[in-house]
Amino acid sequence: MAELLVLEGIRKSYNVGTPVETEVLHGLDVTIRPGEFVALMGPSGSGKSTLLNIIGLLDRPTSGRLSIKGEDTTQLSEAALTSLRGHTIGFVFQYHYLISAFTARENVMMPMLLDNGRPNAAMEQRADELLDWVDLGRWRNNRALNMSGGQQQRVAIARALAMNPSLVLADEPTGNLDTVSADAVFGLMRRFNIERGTTFLIVTHNHDLADRCDRIIQVVDGRITEDRAKALQRDPA
Amino acid sequence: MKPWLTFAWIAALRFLAEGRMQTGFILSGIAIGVGVIVFMSALLASVQANFTNRVLTSQPQIQLLAPQEVARPLRWDDKVIEAAIVQQPTQRILSIDQWQTILAAMRARPDVVIATPTVSGSALAVRGDASRSIGIFGMQPDDYFRIVRVPDYIVAGTVELGSDDILVGIDLAKDIGATVDDKINVTTAAGGSRTLTIKGIFDLGNKGANERNAYVALRTAQSLLGLLGGVTTIDLTVTDVYAAETVAQDIQATLPVEADSWIKTNAQVFTAIRAQNLSSGLIRVFVGLSVAFGIAAVLVVSVLQRSKDIGILRAMGCARGQILRVFLIQGGVLGFVGSLAGAMVGAAALIAWHRYARQSDGSELFPLTIDPSLFLSSAALATVTGVIAGIVPALRAARLDPVDAIHG
Repeated sequence: MAELLVLEGIRKSYNVGTPVETEVLHGLDVTIRPGEFVALMGPSGSGKSTLLNIIGLLDRPTSGRLSIKGEDTTQLSEAALTSLRGHTIGFVFQYHYLISAFTARENVMMPMLLDNGRPNAAMEQRADELLDWVDLGRWRNNRALNMSGGQQQRVAIARALAMNPSLVLADEPTGNLDTVSADAVFGLMRRFNIERGTTFLIVTHNHDLADRCDRIIQVVDGRITEDRAKALQRDPA
Repeated sequence: MKPWLTFAWIAALRFLAEGRMQTGFILSGIAIGVGVIVFMSALLASVQANFTNRVLTSQPQIQLLAPQEVARPLRWDDKVIEAAIVQQPTQRILSIDQWQTILAAMRARPDVVIATPTVSGSALAVRGDASRSIGIFGMQPDDYFRIVRVPDYIVAGTVELGSDDILVGIDLAKDIGATVDDKINVTTAAGGSRTLTIKGIFDLGNKGANERNAYVALRTAQSLLGLLGGVTTIDLTVTDVYAAETVAQDIQATLPVEADSWIKTNAQVFTAIRAQNLSSGLIRVFVGLSVAFGIAAVLVVSVLQRSKDIGILRAMGCARGQILRVFLIQGGVLGFVGSLAGAMVGAAALIAWHRYARQSDGSELFPLTIDPSLFLSSAALATVTGVIAGIVPALRAARLDPVDAIHG
């Protein structure tokens, strides 16, 4: 099976060319195949978020190569990166970042609206399906801020899945949630992974959740210290 | 979400609607600013239109006269002045040399609307025991009455003038106890004397004019003033009343006449109009600037407040151009909606002012002219101002780095 994501010698430095130049990623090599459900772990400040931003095309590496679906992204223009990001990658953050001026359904429609330029019935239908899928169909016309934390994060997941992305990047998606909500949110992602084959890369500090992933990548001080694949789990619970 | 709106419009309108208080305050600010501009501009336009109507349509805008007679000092050998004191010559009533050629040249000019010859001078109107000094204006009614609209002010009789007819003012008629179809004797210092029939009586709304002005046919005045075949002035109206002085100078430079424009003869009035226009222009510029800065300030704050929204939108594949448009549209919408409200406020203020500001006898100060193009131009200008004011905040939003925006 072709690789979805290939990172070769990824380095990232801040304050390049100044006396305080700091390298936070020291040549990482990672390959992720389609359909994998990967946990990215590591202590705070180890470079997990930086790595996630680079993979998510929100940031560029100082050196190294990043290919998504076989396409080398390092030479792409800003506009091409934005387009590739919109079509290929979905994001879930620790905070939901729903846009308060819009309803739950409209927030889920947003990636499709950005891509198409104008809203249409098909988008609404897709958004409703996703909201039903995260069990929030009843709340579709609620403003994003009139929902509980767990509900908001489930809307955020529905939004991340709207464009049917090949890869979903989740940065501590359960970090702000209570155990029950966290479990539900994690379960949803896992279920989508199993049912639709979408690849997930999840940054988490939660070992229990990490243990339920197919593979755990451990990053410490900008280096991969452990990359452990487990026997495939197919139990959404 | 309306299917005919693009993402940028949808987001811009939602953001404005969500920040209700901010939007409300800035809209009020814009409305007041635009209201002031509309009120002031319409008022000034009305005052000036009224002035132009009253002053400039009842008198020629340029008068061509025969050059004044000048006495030159007596010289010897072309260097030495023999007599230092030069007595001013008396100014006889003179005809304009070659006036028919000059009249034809004036009528051929594109910037001249009406050109008509007149003969004017002083005379004495006598009826029975009463006599009054008057100024007689001999003219060709067809053209002259298009400049000085005497027919509009006729209170008795008609304006049809034969060679033995005269039009007099209401006060002169009263003074000499005459009415329509009565005869008066008109005598001039040049020795001319005619018995003329009063064909019409006018009321120009000015006692001086009603006492002194009398209109006769051109030939009648020529014979009374001893100026057979000659004219003393050629009266002109021009396409642009405010360019009258330029036209006058141009005429004076090319033809042997003296050209006096209303701007020169009413220098103070013209200066007042210019000062009024300048100050209203300045007020407009400064109100416009304060509106623009107000919009920019609100949008800058909005960009700060929405930086996380902008970050997540960028992460979801929103192009910089789309973000840029969201904020430019907000600026434009604020300008447009604010100016519509402002135009209504301005119009309401004008109508109220017109109703309550009255002359002492209760009649209107002057007719109010509200030009719809003023509202359109204000709205267009405010919209453009809003978009321009949105440029800096919009660029700032578009340049936000998604990572910094989300985590910052």
